[in-house]
Amino acid sequence: MSMATTVTKAETLVGRRLRRKEDPRLITGTATYVDDIQMPGMHYAAILRSPHAAARIRSLNVQPALDHPGVAAVFTGADVAGVGPVPCGASLPGLRVPAHSVLARDRVYFVGHPVAVVVATDRYVAADALDLIEVEYQPLPAVANPEKALEPGAPAVHPEWPDNLAFTYHQEGGEPDRAFAEADVVVRQRIISQRLIPTAMETRGVVADYRGAEKSLTIYSSTQIPHLMRSLVAQMLGLAENRLRVITPEVGGGFGSKLNVYAEEALMGFVAMKIGKPVKWIESRRENFQCTIHGRGHVDYYEIAARKDGAVLGLRLKLIQDLGAYHQLLTPAIPTLSVLMMPGLYKFRNVSADILGVFTNCVPTDAYRGAGRPEATHGVERMMDLLAAELRMDPAELRLLNFIGADEFPYATATGLSYDSGNYAEPLKKALDLVDYHRLREQQQQAKASGRLVGIGISTYGEICAFGPSPATPAGGWESATVKIEPSGAVTVMTGASPHGQGEETTFAQIAADELGVPIEDVIVVHGDTAIVQYGIGTFGSRGTAVGGPAVYYALQDLKAKILKFGELLLESSDVTFSGGVCTCNRTGKTVTLAQIAAASYRAMKLPPNTEPGLVATHFWEPPNFAFPFGAHIVVSEVDPETGQVEIKRYVAVDDCGKIINPLLVDGQVHGGVVQGLGQALFEQAVYDQDGQLVTGELMDYAVPKATMVPWIESDHTTTPSPVNPLGVKGVGEAGTIGCSPAVVNSVVDALGHLGVRHLDMPLTPEKLWKLIQAGGQA
Amino acid sequence: MIPQEFEYSAPTSLEEALHLISDGSAKVLAGGLSLIPLMKLRLAAPGHVVDLGRVPGLSYIREEGGKLHIGAMTTHYQIESSALVHSRCPLLAETAAHIGDVQVRNAGTIGGSVAHADPAADYPAALLALDAQVRLVTASGERTLPIQDFLVDTLTTALEPGELVAEVIVDVDVDGATGFCYQKMAHAASGFAIVGAAVRVRRSNGRVSFSRVGITGLAPKAFRATGVESLLQTPDDVASAAGAVADGIEANSDLAASAEYRCQMARVYTARALRQALARIA
Amino acid sequence: MKRRITLKINGKVYSHEVEPRMLLIHYLREVVGFTGPHIGCETSICGACTVALDEKIVKSCTMLAVQADGREVLTIEGLASNGTLHPVQEAFWNEHALQCGFCTPGMIMASKQLLERNPRPTDEQIRHALEGNLCRCTGYQHIVNAVRTAASRMGA
Repeated sequence: MSMATTVTKAETLVGRRLRRKEDPRLITGTATYVDDIQMPGMHYAAILRSPHAAARIRSLNVQPALDHPGVAAVFTGADVAGVGPVPCGASLPGLRVPAHSVLARDRVYFVGHPVAVVVATDRYVAADALDLIEVEYQPLPAVANPEKALEPGAPAVHPEWPDNLAFTYHQEGGEPDRAFAEADVVVRQRIISQRLIPTAMETRGVVADYRGAEKSLTIYSSTQIPHLMRSLVAQMLGLAENRLRVITPEVGGGFGSKLNVYAEEALMGFVAMKIGKPVKWIESRRENFQCTIHGRGHVDYYEIAARKDGAVLGLRLKLIQDLGAYHQLLTPAIPTLSVLMMPGLYKFRNVSADILGVFTNCVPTDAYRGAGRPEATHGVERMMDLLAAELRMDPAELRLLNFIGADEFPYATATGLSYDSGNYAEPLKKALDLVDYHRLREQQQQAKASGRLVGIGISTYGEICAFGPSPATPAGGWESATVKIEPSGAVTVMTGASPHGQGEETTFAQIAADELGVPIEDVIVVHGDTAIVQYGIGTFGSRGTAVGGPAVYYALQDLKAKILKFGELLLESSDVTFSGGVCTCNRTGKTVTLAQIAAASYRAMKLPPNTEPGLVATHFWEPPNFAFPFGAHIVVSEVDPETGQVEIKRYVAVDDCGKIINPLLVDGQVHGGVVQGLGQALFEQAVYDQDGQLVTGELMDYAVPKATMVPWIESDHTTTPSPVNPLGVKGVGEAGTIGCSPAVVNSVVDALGHLGVRHLDMPLTPEKLWKLIQAGGQA
Repeated sequence: MIPQEFEYSAPTSLEEALHLISDGSAKVLAGGLSLIPLMKLRLAAPGHVVDLGRVPGLSYIREEGGKLHIGAMTTHYQIESSALVHSRCPLLAETAAHIGDVQVRNAGTIGGSVAHADPAADYPAALLALDAQVRLVTASGERTLPIQDFLVDTLTTALEPGELVAEVIVDVDVDGATGFCYQKMAHAASGFAIVGAAVRVRRSNGRVSFSRVGITGLAPKAFRATGVESLLQTPDDVASAAGAVADGIEANSDLAASAEYRCQMARVYTARALRQALARIA
Repeated sequence: MKRRITLKINGKVYSHEVEPRMLLIHYLREVVGFTGPHIGCETSICGACTVALDEKIVKSCTMLAVQADGREVLTIEGLASNGTLHPVQEAFWNEHALQCGFCTPGMIMASKQLLERNPRPTDEQIRHALEGNLCRCTGYQHIVNAVRTAASRMGA
């Protein structure tokens, strides 16, 4: 036993702006994404996709492709009849679930629908052979717009359901009818949250490798959910779950689009098992736009009821959700999140919502950054501004008047949630101070007087995240962690969350290093391999830190208890403290290091009572509630009256995501989130024409924001710890996106308000605004 | 997203190149920025590609006889960064700097761009305003066409089978007495011009003594707005002259901009370009 | 018919028989094994495939491998020397200028090109120079910070 002095750490790593542990491989080009994997004998798959939004397949001749040199196999819908359907994990009463096979059978339902797969020795050969397949389609009428799909006589997406309704869903709380009857003022507005294309910079990709002698399949997939994928793909392929290994190598962005199980994962598994060779499929950008899920796709009809003093009484919503042609993993569940979040930060005691889930001949919608909450926030924040305009109140004042009070938490909402903690006025007041709001309003008046179109927009958002308590989630909402201390003292954290850019290799190492008192360099964080990491759920819904983090924390507490027992044994004392990476006897001052304890625990010459050898702890953490971040975003914008172009003059974001593990990473999440919200507000829209052709089919057409198109973001925080988890964290992955779009739109409506403009639908394209200005504000 | 197979030739002399393309069946590859994406999407599938990348003597910028001669394989970056172009033909340098992005400008060539005749490309506006000529060569001879005759329609030029763009020749503005400007409204996704206006102006005794206005993006092909030029008698005429830019034009209409909006943006950007050009006169 | 090409990549000479239609990005990634440059689109917009060809950055998905015959290519893998990161790489790390990392190799190559041509860029010039590189994660702000700090470090 050494007589080391007790090391007291000057400060914790949690809370510090640390650069990331994952970056060295990424900045040197040595990280491994799916397309970087090459194997001996690897084959390449290319997928033939429907050019029609709706058509019957009259004939399909793959022989010319099969005859092409280098082609190993071609499979069609008939060949994959034994593969289970693409899974939908959401359940709603009365939900109609169309049969969704991995390759089309006799009919196609959207442009991009997979029809056949060609497998060849080379990706160039596979592409050539694809062109040789002969398909005769009989085009059928298609419908690409959800409101048109609801009209009588509209083409039926699925002939068995001529009304195109997949489900209806009703939820209400309080007494909405009475609230509306008693209201002094009721304001109504139709609000569109347009279809968006998630556009992770890495498209999807799958490598499948089957070892026949072992009956074991390994699938490498660019996914957010390796374990759920393993369970679901094993079912689809009829494999025992322990014969399937899913590896998630580096993932080049997901934003919800990879929170899914797609046809291609099972299809590549099927192909690998058939041909006995590893096979790779990499999605092209065009396929990514046509076949990977889209986000949003709402037409919302809102009504807000209030007293004339501004106190809100009730909110009603009819939500038309464009589902697309099928349900992907969570498709029908997404709009229900909008309903849960519809009251926002305000004391709406009376709410009513009706969802109409509508089939269209388009690619399915599903979770895209925010998943239902951006739509809800956009709705309620637009309605608050419309109400403020109706009552001639300042929009900031109206919000402050209606916020749930800081002393009212936990707060039970009319939609059945329990908001964990909050102080909603604080970030708004901070943001108002940052922009010097009253002076800004004066400057705006002066600018308007000189003919300039300057607007100020406020959004005070709340979000539901840290998904979530298991009873409220489709697949279990817990997360898992294992912490291993090796005999040398090296620390490995294995997280069931599967991060893909969020930086948990760093933040979880910060937590572990603090708890164990070791240098962060001694900790590595492992994820994304179902053969190595215990079952987990994944990274989505701002849950990585807020659910995955506590799992790590609690595993560390279990481990620390064991460390202490070994410390007591080795120091022959019952009065021992573990701190700063050493156990210290409080009587003698003798110490034993973590490495010494680890070595002793594995050597196991002596064991503490009722204690196993080794230092490994696993914790599955079930969150008792969601966490509810919030914040205030303020945008100052100016519209060019000659062109309709919007310039964001200032963007101030004050976010409260609870306690912050790494402020540098939180800033990154806020910036990226805001810019995705800005993309929706100003630039992005997935456009299908009336025949169901995707007009925005490439990055040439679909405007993802470029560096020149986005403003400087002034980011600040307030800190209201969450009582839901021991770290006090709330989650920040989606906040920026959720807070952004209403702030931008509110600012532009404000800029044009004197022309009589009261609402604008996104994206705020220059032509749209120019036309309004020309028409004196009349649409 | 892979091109179909093709035969590939990389001639090392202009004669060899002209011989290879003489029967008109080969597709000429310059920088590749227009051709290769089309081939990857299989919207173009040439059987034979002749790469000019190894032909010497096609990349140059030189002043001769009061004109600037720019070899077909000169890249946008070379033009954007050339001291000679900046001093003799600043409008062309300014326009080159608006094309695509850095990577595109490093690889894309002026010859490839004009031969592709994209109706939303930037160069044609400037070349029209510069009274440019395009020198075309074949195995048996050569001819020189004014740019407005060279550009025939959307993606269509006056190039005959077997003919190659050898160089672009533009007017030189020597003394700073010519104001210039290229202004464009860029497509948010592609960066191409929804409309672009390239102008040159000179003043004399308070009047506009010379003007050239080239417009891209508005119509199926770039055009010189002579109506604007003739209405621009004094600097005070900018608004009214620019207002005529779309007169008689059948404007493009697409997802990015309706015909009505494009016409109005052409007026706005023409006026802005003219104002800045006038302000720049030394 | 295949063609032999010989080129120098990251300081080393490589020679292979390739189909004329082979894209430079596929040659670099699959034949030679430099998987740092990525493929993010097919229309020359995203810039993930950016490499330097004779010291000028290009999108290697919009270039045939045969066009690079006899020339010199630098990919992200060739940027660090003797284990020392290039100042732009270091700055991207320090400023948290990347999240998923997929655009990063192209973004770093574009930033390096900018600083070679303009050692003291303004924020606006930085953004303009990165127009050919899309990032969906960062909102670009930390990237701008990284290029600015790399500039001051390289100028120091």
